[in-house]
Amino acid sequence: MLGEGILKGLAETAKNFAGSYVSKERLTTVQYPEERIPTSESARVFPFLVYDGPDWEAGLRCVACQICEKECPPKCIYIEKSKDKKPDYVGKLQIYPARFDIDVSVCMSCQICVEVCPFEAIKMDVEFELSTDDRFGGLLRNRQHLAKSNEYYHQIHPTEASEVDARLGEEKAKLEAKAKAAAAAAAAKAAAPAAPAAKPAESTPKPAEGTDKQ
Amino acid sequence: MIGKADQIFVLLQHWIMGFFPPAWQAVVGILLGVVAILIVFPTLFALSVLLERKGLGRMQNRYGPNRVGPCGILQPVADAVKALIKEDIVPFKADALVHFIAPLVLVVAVFMGFAVLPVGRNMVLVDMDASLLFFFAMGASTELAVFMAGWSSHNKYSLLGAMRAVAQMISYEVPLLMTTVVVVMISGSLSLVKIVEAQNHFSGIFPHWYVFTPWGLAGFVLFLIASMAETNRSPFDLPEGESEIIAGYFTEYSGFKFALFFLGEYVGMLGIAGLGTTLFLGGWAAPFAFLNWVPSWFWFFAKIMLWICFFIWMRGTMPRLRQDQLMNFAWKFMLPMTLINLMVAALWRFVDEAWLRWAVCWIIVIGAYVAMGRMGMRRKRIAPRRYRYAE
Repeated sequence: MLGEGILKGLAETAKNFAGSYVSKERLTTVQYPEERIPTSESARVFPFLVYDGPDWEAGLRCVACQICEKECPPKCIYIEKSKDKKPDYVGKLQIYPARFDIDVSVCMSCQICVEVCPFEAIKMDVEFELSTDDRFGGLLRNRQHLAKSNEYYHQIHPTEASEVDARLGEEKAKLEAKAKAAAAAAAAKAAAPAAPAAKPAESTPKPAEGTDKQ
Repeated sequence: MIGKADQIFVLLQHWIMGFFPPAWQAVVGILLGVVAILIVFPTLFALSVLLERKGLGRMQNRYGPNRVGPCGILQPVADAVKALIKEDIVPFKADALVHFIAPLVLVVAVFMGFAVLPVGRNMVLVDMDASLLFFFAMGASTELAVFMAGWSSHNKYSLLGAMRAVAQMISYEVPLLMTTVVVVMISGSLSLVKIVEAQNHFSGIFPHWYVFTPWGLAGFVLFLIASMAETNRSPFDLPEGESEIIAGYFTEYSGFKFALFFLGEYVGMLGIAGLGTTLFLGGWAAPFAFLNWVPSWFWFFAKIMLWICFFIWMRGTMPRLRQDQLMNFAWKFMLPMTLINLMVAALWRFVDEAWLRWAVCWIIVIGAYVAMGRMGMRRKRIAPRRYRYAE
């Protein structure tokens, strides 16, 4: 009969209306500032700089190679190289960023900087409440704001961070093995022409020093 | 029977009038009534917007506004502030004068209708003999405002919306008027005050509202549908059609002018709900004899708000009609039904035997409804649509 469908529809909406007061399951809304859902592991919002160890300034993995700055599509990264050098995670002396600024208002969260970084130094954060009432200074994040510990990285992206750590460890081990081999070769070479004085001096610092192969 | 609470506003008006010299009293009385209308109905507008937003939310399993004030009850205030401080943009090519006047015409026309609505016992601003006619004359001028808005905006969507609005409102004006004719036939008066008084009797505890008669029920349902179309409510909201013609005739309105349109629309809804209440649901009359002690104005506003709730419910339920469905429905179903209803009302008036007229009228009304429904749905497959290309 005519109008049957309308009555059915009215019954359906009435059921939903009443049901939303009775069962909480119907209401899927998360009341945001009070309630939050945990961010997913694959979430990405804005880049941050990873540092190892307790001191953020000393532990920064970034070597200011400026690849990310060049690759960034909206050009939101600004890097200034340092004049001096500091040792990186394997102990090799590297330059470091004297300035590393990212503009929040320009960044489009594309993750290209993360993908191009050869040093695993820049990663994506899940922190999304970046709004500020200072639209000039407040939106430009400097080195100190961006630096976050490796532990934090493990916290937000556990799988990815362990992979990164394994890879870095492997590289480090490889370098160490190489250094050891180089040191052994040098020692052998030194031993062959019978110059025993050079041997102890070269072999003692070999576990940490990757620099001496250059 | 008529208590102090029932007449409280009338007494208040007389008390204030008493402060003025006798020559001024008539004018002051009218002004007070106007001010009361201008305060009460916009307040109800705010209330119904809130109800709509919360009700629709709940129908869609959302919370609805719940941030401003406790449980979101101050949301209308926030909306009003937002509308007031928004920039008022007039398109470069718009006809600035007409663009400016259109919302005013709408609001004025809509508010004029309330002048003749009896909102309670002895509570009517102008007790006109042809108040029903006056109400419709005022209601019809809203079409002019809508078309002014659409035309002056100099925008395709606005013009499309306005054209749809005019086509729709004129089409549905016919059944709307015809359904009210039955009430006039039976009560023998065009005065809304007299129509309410004619319904304010009781058999036992049950009232003599026109909706409880065969022609009254048919008229009520037809009036309900036509009033939804007349006020551009969903499912008849083609003139706005947010998803197709981006708000139609008020595409180019912003800020306070848009708020005026919004106000006009909702106050128009309240007005037509008030008229429907007056005609079919006994106006300010109590629904049961033992509830006569409750003030009459309370019943009137309670009934209006029930209408509004039903409108909201319908909006939450129905998808928007297509233009051809809309027109077919108006001319092929509504109009014949109203004509048959006129016949039924005539039978009711002139057949004296009680049981015979009840039986005959019910049979005609129900038979006509079923027959028309079948005819309308003939050769139409009513089944869930299958999208062949989307599989």
